[in-house]
Amino acid sequence: MKIADAAHLLNAKVLTGGAFIDTDVTSAFACDLMSDVLAFANGYKMLLSGLCNAQVIRTAEMLDMSCIIFVRGKMPDDQMISMAEDNNMVLLQTEYTMFTSSGILYEAGIKGGQMQ
Amino acid sequence: MSNDDSGRIQFKYKVLADDYNAVGSASSDAKNKLRAIGVPPDILRKVSICMYEGEINMVIHAKGGEITVNINPSCVEMILKDVGPGIKDVDKAMQAGYSTATDDVRNLGFGAGMGLPNMLKNSDSMHIDTEIGVGTTITMTVNL
Repeated sequence: MKIADAAHLLNAKVLTGGAFIDTDVTSAFACDLMSDVLAFANGYKMLLSGLCNAQVIRTAEMLDMSCIIFVRGKMPDDQMISMAEDNNMVLLQTEYTMFTSSGILYEAGIKGGQMQ
Repeated sequence: MSNDDSGRIQFKYKVLADDYNAVGSASSDAKNKLRAIGVPPDILRKVSICMYEGEINMVIHAKGGEITVNINPSCVEMILKDVGPGIKDVDKAMQAGYSTATDDVRNLGFGAGMGLPNMLKNSDSMHIDTEIGVGTTITMTVNL
């Protein structure tokens, strides 16, 4: 699916990166622990997280991720949005919880990929 | 960016202690420079993971330090030299899940004890030189 489809399914706000909303995504990683994202999510293009600080953007940047979905209504600050813009990243925000967001995307065909 | 006597390209970064907000800025800059000179994405990602994990460690465990990135003909070499407390038990520190990080660090999403094992996993060589009370130098290479 495209990031735009994920945004629609999660009733999410597009906070930045609207120009890249038609990027295709096939798998996602959902985690609040950036240590584990760095250790296990190499190769994933989409991250769902309820952690909301600059290191979430940095971590996604290091892994060449295209999109971060902030769950539970978490709102990134201006610095985070600017960092995402510098990296051509899409930031979405949904009110759904991590579990519900992951379930909706999984049901729509997004898979968890392989543990590395 | 500079060229040393042998003509290889080198970047150097100062990393400040306890500057949690800026952590990763050196890794981000290095990634952009390496991408600009044509390092392939898969290799670039491995270099970025190694350097970022190391940079985080320098900020949260040490008193900052210096990172040198050398682009050699066959590999990217990263030398992370800190002036921290040293690693008491390197074998333990290399175990996944072992961590001495504070709650502040864990609140940032780090300190899960995955840093050193992940650096080992993503590098092609890794050497830790540490002395209690003096500091730690970690040298990693990722083959081109």
